[in-house]
Amino acid sequence: MSFVAYEELIKEGDTAILSLGHGAMVAVRVQRGAQTQTRHGVLRHSVDLIGRPFGSKVTCGRGGWVYVLHPTPELWTLNLPHRTQILYSTDIALITMMLELRPGSVVCESGEFLRLPQFNSEIDTNVEVRASRPAGWRQGGLLLAGIEEGIGHAWKETGLSGRFCSFSPCIEQVQRTCQALAARGFSELSTLEVLPQVYNVRTVSLPLPDLGAGTDGPAGSDTSPFRSGTPMKEAVGHTGYLTFATKTPG
Amino acid sequence: MEGSGEQPGPQPQHPGDHRIRDGDFVVLKREDVFKAVQVQRRKKVTFEKQWFYLDNVIGHSYGTTFEVTSGGSLQPKKKREEPTAETKEAGTDNRNIVDDGKSQKLTQDDIKALKDKGIKGEEIVQQLIENSTTFRDKTEFAQDKYIKKKKKKYEAVITVVKPSTRILSIMYYAREPGKINHMRYDTLAQMLTLGNIRAGNKMIVMETCAGLVLGAMMERMGGFGSIIQLYPGGGPVRAATACFGFPKSFLSGLYEFPLNKVDSLLHGTFSAEMLSSEPKDSALIEESNGTLEEKQASEQENEDSMAEAPESNHPEDQETMETISQDPEHKGPKERGSRKDYIQEKQRRQEEQRKRHLEAAALLSERNADGLIVASRFHPTPLLLSLLDFVAPSRPFVVYCQYKEPLLECYTKLRERGGVINLRLSETWLRNYQVLPDRSHPKLLMSGGGGYLLSGFTVAMDSLKADTSLRSNASTLESHETEEPAAKKRKCPESDS
Repeated sequence: MSFVAYEELIKEGDTAILSLGHGAMVAVRVQRGAQTQTRHGVLRHSVDLIGRPFGSKVTCGRGGWVYVLHPTPELWTLNLPHRTQILYSTDIALITMMLELRPGSVVCESGEFLRLPQFNSEIDTNVEVRASRPAGWRQGGLLLAGIEEGIGHAWKETGLSGRFCSFSPCIEQVQRTCQALAARGFSELSTLEVLPQVYNVRTVSLPLPDLGAGTDGPAGSDTSPFRSGTPMKEAVGHTGYLTFATKTPG
Repeated sequence: MEGSGEQPGPQPQHPGDHRIRDGDFVVLKREDVFKAVQVQRRKKVTFEKQWFYLDNVIGHSYGTTFEVTSGGSLQPKKKREEPTAETKEAGTDNRNIVDDGKSQKLTQDDIKALKDKGIKGEEIVQQLIENSTTFRDKTEFAQDKYIKKKKKKYEAVITVVKPSTRILSIMYYAREPGKINHMRYDTLAQMLTLGNIRAGNKMIVMETCAGLVLGAMMERMGGFGSIIQLYPGGGPVRAATACFGFPKSFLSGLYEFPLNKVDSLLHGTFSAEMLSSEPKDSALIEESNGTLEEKQASEQENEDSMAEAPESNHPEDQETMETISQDPEHKGPKERGSRKDYIQEKQRRQEEQRKRHLEAAALLSERNADGLIVASRFHPTPLLLSLLDFVAPSRPFVVYCQYKEPLLECYTKLRERGGVINLRLSETWLRNYQVLPDRSHPKLLMSGGGGYLLSGFTVAMDSLKADTSLRSNASTLESHETEEPAAKKRKCPESDS
């Protein structure tokens, strides 16, 4: 799978993201001889995908077309066939930064997440990202979904120093997590919630009211149109609380 | 993806990396306040109205907490001293406590006298508790709060931490938001993720956030791959980048290119012009000298404005900027004496820089960058319309703007241009929580806004060879693609989450 580095051309065995318009996407595993049925028609992998550059516009059987995108961790979180609780990009972004993850970081993860970090070499696309603890590691991050009982374990696993994150949807769990962290001597406890707010971009023009002021303004006409970013009718109201902490040596 | 794997692999975990060394860039932390400094012996540092020397932190582990003692020397604080609240007497409620200013028997002068005697902050707090007539009547919660408040005021403890994107972006947002166009740290986090910034990428960045965004990208890429920074004016500002204290190896993949040459580069006039300016051509050297003079002047300007800014707490920025722009062995050419050396040195640097610009131009001209990050005080539309041409198809781009309106226009213009999909205009809301047993709730204050992001993916531009019959067939889809009601467009990813 081509998550680790960008490639120019689509080849057999790749995962490709088909963008169907309206933000609808589907992930496909490219296989010689295989076909994918889309709402715009059928896509023949051997002819339409293999050997073409990522980012191409591919015409489907029925005359419609799709764009083929290179997978990224963010596109993948939107397209993977998920069976369990997963994290979305907004939370992932904050977790990655607050855990101070970077190439070479050792991450220990527990819970039923899926995350494809940009850094980790051990990527199992479907189940979980796990990194075992190499001898003598000093710094690392720890991502924990759920249970505060794991924190004692976390303390031992987090080498000499490192960052900790726990994602839980319920405040009661956060409370227990924080108590457990404080008892274990973690510092810099901080609980955050981050919510994405997406805007529709549209051009709007409002009609002018007729106040009977006279003839200069054509009554009932519209004002000049303006562009507006309007919030979605329904937006994400809650995903989970993110609790971060630091383990310092000593 | 040229340049990936070429760089000498930086050692992510140096042995002894966790020890503070002389010359390290560190961040001082007191409660939630940060300050970036460079560790230098016998250099006075002022932080939170206190001054001290950092000599004693050298050799200790990062994350160690120190106490400021007399004479401005720092002493490591013993870890986790349980607050000795042996008087477990507490009231049932606070209704009888009146804030009449009479409950504390110690006067300002008494406290000052204690301080002058060199009494530790901890003991002062203990004395304050003993001399408070109302402390015992307060509820347990109120007592906790009281102790916490007094500790904050009288206990001078400072933790030395390693700089990171997390710490520096929080620090800049709290102390100097104007320098980073009011970009909140969670917004920066979104940019790094949406831009899929990772080791081995070839990234283009155009930012006027003091180099914070650049630094964040460099951290995320870990010294692998290349970054081309486009800069307005005389030279790139990298005050915040310097605070990260990156190893020198990280700089080998970092290029800069003047923004005002982008147009000529796009139109193919740039290379011809620069090709003629071989090093031997004296006239052109003079020209490049001119631009360099300008660069230095503008750097000077930057420094001045930084020094003047009342909120500026980073005098060290200037020095760090210097260090990053010159090789360590040439640190302080002025001190090295003879003016001739200085001029030679300057010419050598100019020549090096010119070479570097040409390399950057070559990298850009390949038009295969793995992503574009824009976070500037300029209008995003012209930047995007030009710079996207340097990006390969199927790559993410992210534009930050402090205001929503320019991004609305940018969105529309990008749709007209084509070659982009999945356009998304967004912001994030960030809420901090107080978490205490039975007292968990959002904090009273939250940030009202952290800026807006427009992100998307590049795709192959519509080629002219697309036959017309196909076009008419797909006209319905086409109309969707150009100015679609985004409500529908987002439906899929939203409903997943």
